[in-house]
Amino acid sequence: MRKEEKEELIEEWQPEPLVPPISKDHPALNYNIVSGPPSHNIVVNGKECINFASFNFLGLLDNPRLKAAALASLKKYGVGTCGPRGFYGTFDVHLDLEDRLAKFMKTEEAIIYSYGFATIASAIPAYSKRGDIVFVDKAACFAIQKGLQASRSDIKLFKHNDMADLERLLKEQEIEDQKNPRKARVTRRFIVAEGLYMNTGAICPLPELVKLKYKYKARIFLEESLSFGVLGEHGRGVTEHYGINIDDIDLISANMENSLASVGGFCCGRSFVIDHQRLSGQGYCFSASLPPLLAAAAIEALNIMEENPGIFAVLKEKCEQIHKALQGISGLKVVGKSFSPAFHLQLEKSTGSRERDVKLLQEIVSQCMNRSIALTQARYLEKEEKCLPPPSIRVVVTVEQTEEELEKAASTIKEVAQAILL
Amino acid sequence: MANPGGGAVCNGNLHNHEKQSNGSQSGNCRRNGMTKEAQQNGKPHFYKPIVETFEEAPLYVMVFTYLGYALGTLFGHFRDFLRKWGIEKCNAAVEREEQKDFVPLYLDFENFFKRNIYMRIRDNWNRPICSAPGPRFDVMERVSDDYNWTFRFTGRIIKDVINMGSYNFLGSAGRYDESMRTVKDVLEAYGTGVASTRQEMGTLDKHKELEDLVAKFLNVEAAMVFGMGFATNSMNIPALVGKGCLILSDELNHTSLVLGARLSGATIRIFKHNNIENLEKLLREAVIYGQPRTHRAWKKILILVEGIYSMEGSIVHLPQIVALKNKYKAYLYIDEAHSIGAVGATGRGVVEFFGMDPRDVDVLMGTFTKSFGSSGGYIAGRKDLVDYLRVNSHSSVYATSMSPPISEQIIRSIKVLMGMDGTTQGLQRVQQLAKNTRYFRQRLREMGFIVYGNEESPVVPLLLYMPGKVAAFARHLLQRKIGVVVVGFPATPLAEARARFCVSAAHTREDLDTVLEALDELGDLLQLKYSRHRKSPRPELYNETSCELDD
Repeated sequence: MRKEEKEELIEEWQPEPLVPPISKDHPALNYNIVSGPPSHNIVVNGKECINFASFNFLGLLDNPRLKAAALASLKKYGVGTCGPRGFYGTFDVHLDLEDRLAKFMKTEEAIIYSYGFATIASAIPAYSKRGDIVFVDKAACFAIQKGLQASRSDIKLFKHNDMADLERLLKEQEIEDQKNPRKARVTRRFIVAEGLYMNTGAICPLPELVKLKYKYKARIFLEESLSFGVLGEHGRGVTEHYGINIDDIDLISANMENSLASVGGFCCGRSFVIDHQRLSGQGYCFSASLPPLLAAAAIEALNIMEENPGIFAVLKEKCEQIHKALQGISGLKVVGKSFSPAFHLQLEKSTGSRERDVKLLQEIVSQCMNRSIALTQARYLEKEEKCLPPPSIRVVVTVEQTEEELEKAASTIKEVAQAILL
Repeated sequence: MANPGGGAVCNGNLHNHEKQSNGSQSGNCRRNGMTKEAQQNGKPHFYKPIVETFEEAPLYVMVFTYLGYALGTLFGHFRDFLRKWGIEKCNAAVEREEQKDFVPLYLDFENFFKRNIYMRIRDNWNRPICSAPGPRFDVMERVSDDYNWTFRFTGRIIKDVINMGSYNFLGSAGRYDESMRTVKDVLEAYGTGVASTRQEMGTLDKHKELEDLVAKFLNVEAAMVFGMGFATNSMNIPALVGKGCLILSDELNHTSLVLGARLSGATIRIFKHNNIENLEKLLREAVIYGQPRTHRAWKKILILVEGIYSMEGSIVHLPQIVALKNKYKAYLYIDEAHSIGAVGATGRGVVEFFGMDPRDVDVLMGTFTKSFGSSGGYIAGRKDLVDYLRVNSHSSVYATSMSPPISEQIIRSIKVLMGMDGTTQGLQRVQQLAKNTRYFRQRLREMGFIVYGNEESPVVPLLLYMPGKVAAFARHLLQRKIGVVVVGFPATPLAEARARFCVSAAHTREDLDTVLEALDELGDLLQLKYSRHRKSPRPELYNETSCELDD
């Protein structure tokens, strides 16, 4: 091309605008603004409501002991850590918290991250690289999807909680291996599952997963954000719920933002597995460490969990109660196990277009808000999810909700749903 | 220092009405032999002369460095051999008995460097501290009985170690004092956690307050804050660009930018560090030839750069990049993690440093960890950009929002920096930082060390090259109660291991002098003074006034 032609091309080229315009009344643009603490009695958009939307399972967001521990830490350390873990960002509080988490979960070692999303999204690419194979449930949460994308491994999706489908995929892989044994010897395999699924409220069938693990020689990574501090006699999660030896699971990852009422996340397991993340976990090495006051709050929350193991049974009871009370609403169905504290209410019959479904559910949510029950729709990035779940209302149960409040919530939702959907 | 350099401070914005010291109202002004254009209506349009050096080491240094690594590798193979045959005890953790027939989790050679070279000197990293990371901190003493495989704490604490390692540019980090009262109040009122995402039930009134303040501070239309600085990059770049777009990323960009670029699915092309000709060449090629194979035009071109590069200490050549971006209609994304609060006359980052308009940059990103003593990140720019991110950012949909006391600490720091608390403390700190930076860098150069980067960057890398010296340097300095950060491969190129100092506004002249004295002695002991441009070694001839800020 001659020079003039090149200059012409440069003149003529018009890129797309950096961001496409967003309409002013896009449903996701107008956030609910919470004034004051997001605890049991929450003030949303100026209205006082009972909180059924924040993942405050053990009711620790408002706990005075946690605030006192965080305050003591604030007085000693200030707020920020001013550096990543490798460069003087490791405080004795972090080492303490890692120790306590490892002891609580009865594993050898634990590692903490400063952001819940980044925990599993950094853990998966630390082990699984290009050429490795990962079998993951279709309903896996977005953080897992991003971790898998960053790892550049081969992803094989199996139907949600369908062990037969998983076994079929594993068998197919075995046949592939026999064709190329040299490659098979260096290809690592992983199964990624969640304890309690965020998107469906179902529990993963862990005993079958462990059987498949030993039969087909794949390692298991378990994401326990919703089940840590909820399931099991002492709140240790889905492994305690099923009575499985924790060493059978290679890596357990959870975030501290739900039951522990703090910020951040952790991974625990054997030292052989966890220690690797100290040099290869991107969210660990290249990011500032967790502020000490949040770590101190998490330690205090662990103390509370250890002192009263009775709260887990109480939480389970409340879940069952509201689950039963919400059955039989015409037009809405309950999606999730009866002991799952975060479950969904979906439309029994979709109107045909997702937009209209979302609008309908938003109506129900606004009406409930007017009657002092704070609910929210489950939000997704529609274009980015691999398997987009249907629109739903998220209901969260916490130990702080009394029986009357649970009854009130159930009846409010029933009334509003009947009014709007019929 | 109420009226520094003849400028007036109003609402935290520095208005330089009369820059000329000879009183003329217009035209050029001569000072120290340099001619600068006069300012018109407070909008400076001269380009700061960029003074940065990346001196190369003499050849014998490189030879010995590679020799050192070769020797380490040789010994590593020998020790691996001994461990494999059981002659030497293996201290590393091993796989479970039941899983021995699984495909191995780690390949031997992937971990070779970690096992044999890093392990020998790993006591210089991950040093735990037990006080606030202010200008002096307390380091917990730890020893190893088995050559760094495991550590144990002796229980003793090394008190009052001078902190040259933490990113505390404006001295905002430190023990609790009365000025942090609002943080205490917010903690008691709101608690620590939020337990929900921004789009669900996690947007607090504190977040709105913070975002409005950040937008005001940076002089842009709107801003949005996120809970983690790393995640701000890795979750928002994929929201801005996707398949069919082109990303031009600097060679030395931070891992979070690289991860964000990769997750977006766009095509990535790397240009040489701060090299404007290379960037222009890539831009021309991109616009003229379009996408590979199909030759369709690119949808968008995004240039990813950082304000200050943390390993080099260099500052981005912003005016030239903005000129290029305007000519070729590309978009510019700046990561000001290390430069917000640290450079610029009032601490507003590289945009102010070069006297440019924040509207020249499409996406301003930064973190609150370094200059504001907190944690988290932000993205600021035009309102339509921020609205788009509120709807489409991965973080607003799936990740928990920022904790309330953390937000309050940032609000407090910004208010101090802008002078909204009624004092000029913020401005004083910015100027103290600039003074400390210049002093420190000048003294190091005089002593004969090779120091990389821009003269005004508070991140000071001092080159060590050889792996053995890296370890000796850090250990000796800790013995003298000075805490430094040393970095080697893979964060830096293999042969360019370095020590990285972070100058802080909270460091006093005595602190810096103590450190410089120790460095002087250590430089002679370890033969670190590689520079071939030695200036006078007599510090008494050093001119105090040349440290004042240029206007």
